[in-house]
Amino acid sequence: MSRAAWKYMNPYLAGVALGVVLFGSFLLFGHGLGASGGVALLAGAAEAAVLPGHASQSAYLVNLVQSPPSPLDNWIVWEILGVVLGGLASGLMAGRVRPETFHGPRITPRQRWVFALLGGSIAGFGVRLARGCTSSQALSGGAVLSAGSWAFMLAVFAGAYLLAYFVRRLWT
Amino acid sequence: MFPLELDASLGHAGTNALYVATGILFGFALEQAGFGNAKNLAAQFYLRDMRVLKVMFTAIATAMLLLVGADAAGLLHAEALYVNPAHLGPGIVGGLIFGAGFVVGGYCPGTALVSLATLKLDGLFFVLGLFLGVTVFGETVAWFQAFFDASGAYGELTLHGLLGVSPGLVAFGVVLMALGMFWAAERVEAYFAARDGGRPC
Repeated sequence: MSRAAWKYMNPYLAGVALGVVLFGSFLLFGHGLGASGGVALLAGAAEAAVLPGHASQSAYLVNLVQSPPSPLDNWIVWEILGVVLGGLASGLMAGRVRPETFHGPRITPRQRWVFALLGGSIAGFGVRLARGCTSSQALSGGAVLSAGSWAFMLAVFAGAYLLAYFVRRLWT
Repeated sequence: MFPLELDASLGHAGTNALYVATGILFGFALEQAGFGNAKNLAAQFYLRDMRVLKVMFTAIATAMLLLVGADAAGLLHAEALYVNPAHLGPGIVGGLIFGAGFVVGGYCPGTALVSLATLKLDGLFFVLGLFLGVTVFGETVAWFQAFFDASGAYGELTLHGLLGVSPGLVAFGVVLMALGMFWAAERVEAYFAARDGGRPC
């Protein structure tokens, strides 16, 4: 894409937009937004497809993917499909859709891929343990003043700030 | 009266379409906010760009105030809204682990999907990592099932319930806290911008 990319939206304005979408979700569905639950369902369905004998032995997988009618016909799977489409639409409008790797100045793209994979794995374990992510716990639970969600949110910032100094070579 | 009984009025397929539409708006807002770029997210933890905090707390405050307002106006069955149950033990430990993954990997699940959607390879690897991490969790949760199920499990515990005050008062406190954090965030950004000579992180 030859034209210059748009600037990112003013963060307070973007926050209001996100908040209105979150409010709309509560009005329509009675619950907020989600992301990690959809990833967990997709991963569970993939594991059950690859290892059908194993899936029936695992209480976790039985609960996750063998619920009727179909594990993937779940609201959160439809929602993350929308997230991908909406992110793509915004990126196209803003001129930001192109293959690239965001990395700090002191590491190579390949090193960044390794740390993205590692960080994603750590985060994936964490979101399942905490029963939700930045969307379903911090934003959604935060807006309805769930005590558990606020504790989660503080823990996320604490975990990230505590480790930030030790991994500064990745970003600065 | 909200929330709506969508399956009855729209049918299952119609409700699913509405979820896709909601996801599109959600993904659009995340990408516009700059959250498809891991550098914008990681900068939060080095105090150079506090975009994560500003967007998150503005979004929480906006939705919270609209919900409190809709409840006060009698448009909403507030008791019908889903409140994430408190599981303080795994919630806090999981949050610490998730925060570590966030600063190492540069994304959270929703933002990684947006990054992937705009063809960022680091976003793709983060999403692959998520698949790995959630699978490892599923394979190991039986080892710490009691902690996962019961540690700090207080059910539908809200901040106003805990403090014994009205939701409106807690909402007022959250707004004051957010405004204080925004003020501090602007000061911190201005400090680092001056010190680093305007060099973006």
